Amino acid sequence: MKPLSPISTGAKVLLGLSFFVLFFAGWAWATLGGYVSKTFLADPLTMLEDGKLLLTKHGFAFDIGMTIWRVLGGFIIAAIVAVPIGVLMGAYKPIEAFFEPFVSFARYLPASAFIPLLILWAGIGELQKLLVIFIGSVFQIVLMVAVTVGSVRRDLVEAALTLGARDQGILARVLIPASAPGIFEILRLVLGWAWTYVIVAELIGSSSGIGHMIIDSQALLATGQIIFGIIVIGVIGLVSDFLFKAANRKLFPWSLA
Amino acid sequence: MSKLLIENASRVFPAVRGGQPTRALEPTNVTVGDNAFVTILGPSGCGKSTLLRLVAGLDTPTAGHILLDGKPVTRPGPDRGMVFQSYTLFPWLTVADNVAFGLREKGVAAAERKRVVEEWLARVGLTSFANHYPKQLSGGMQQRTAIARALANDPAILLLDEPFGALDNQTRALMQELLLGIWERERKTVLFVTHDIEEAIFLATRVLVMSARPGRIKADVPIALPYPRHYTIKTSPEFSALKARLTEEIRAEAVLAAEGH
Repeated sequence: MKPLSPISTGAKVLLGLSFFVLFFAGWAWATLGGYVSKTFLADPLTMLEDGKLLLTKHGFAFDIGMTIWRVLGGFIIAAIVAVPIGVLMGAYKPIEAFFEPFVSFARYLPASAFIPLLILWAGIGELQKLLVIFIGSVFQIVLMVAVTVGSVRRDLVEAALTLGARDQGILARVLIPASAPGIFEILRLVLGWAWTYVIVAELIGSSSGIGHMIIDSQALLATGQIIFGIIVIGVIGLVSDFLFKAANRKLFPWSLA
Repeated sequence: MSKLLIENASRVFPAVRGGQPTRALEPTNVTVGDNAFVTILGPSGCGKSTLLRLVAGLDTPTAGHILLDGKPVTRPGPDRGMVFQSYTLFPWLTVADNVAFGLREKGVAAAERKRVVEEWLARVGLTSFANHYPKQLSGGMQQRTAIARALANDPAILLLDEPFGALDNQTRALMQELLLGIWERERKTVLFVTHDIEEAIFLATRVLVMSARPGRIKADVPIALPYPRHYTIKTSPEFSALKARLTEEIRAEAVLAAEGH
């Protein structure tokens, strides 16, 4: 192995897959070999059977749908609020000075700690779930977008100025297009984090969703179901990541060429 | 008549952390006539880029003022087109859209915009690259696009800040000829900053030599070589004599700059 030298696509896929294979092999060896008690950790085969049962008998597909809906709902509202504020903060220093200290502070408030308060304010309905995700995402997006917009190359702005662009033009036709791929990448990252918040929100005071299924399974010691739920989250994350990356390539071909 | 008038313009950068303020540009007076091609020659750190940025309006003089066509310069504007040393094409726009940028800001109609863009792409030899993104172009092609972008806007004066500084020698020579060819036809007033003596002589009707720190204009050398100029002129005795003279002028400054005064 040489530092930083690239590898072929085939080798890359093979190596990536082989870790999954090793992981499942290790898991199967520990559980099916009888080294770990079934009460604490189900084996892969039981997990798959439990998963099948969940989907066919217990309407788990509905739970998955609910969770996806909550994540996307809370995340989209957060993005609609946060991206414009972040762009304005990055572009205009007084706006940044006004928001930045508070947002930096609020970003460290753990979204999950708000759940008891939000239940008090918004009940245990959908609004509460959306609010948890909103609080968890909005401050992160604001800050990261502000940094991205604020770090647009100064000489591009100067070039636009010497071509006759005024304030509005600089914002609309230099700062925003220059930082669009970066903003897109930020949304991809934060969507990943939003998945953590939704499960926590569903663990408390919920009657549907993947998190709800997981907490129910805990009471029944159904570790196979819990693991299946966790894996489903992982797969959805992988798919959404892939979609974001594909959309990025499609929308911003200039940034890759 | 004078196109550009620089009157006692100076620039002092404020002191950083209790140090001395930097006198980047001593009070400077320059008069540039219409249709002149003036090169500003000096070692790095002599304030030549500062002077150009003051004319562009990207920086404000600490004292004095700058007049273009009799009007004071207060901020950047489309009447002073600029080409930078760094590659400043907008990476999200194609070559054609980059060249059209200024026209779009001005609100020129689409059909007229297209006509002007095609004309300029043809002049810099990039017609077949109209739909390429800047990342797909070589350094020389990017700077040709940048020149087309600045000139498509039809500025009163063209400012170039070491535009060929990052290019290899052969490309640089071709770019000089291209720029000279455009100037010989358009006769637009040009202010061109460089540290390359040969480049300064080959292009200019007049060379301003700047001294290092504090920056000031040390010599004003008219270049009487006839236009159109062919690259072979670089080996003529007249050219060599000018080169010898400017080398002497600038050498002392380079030594001073290297010593850090």
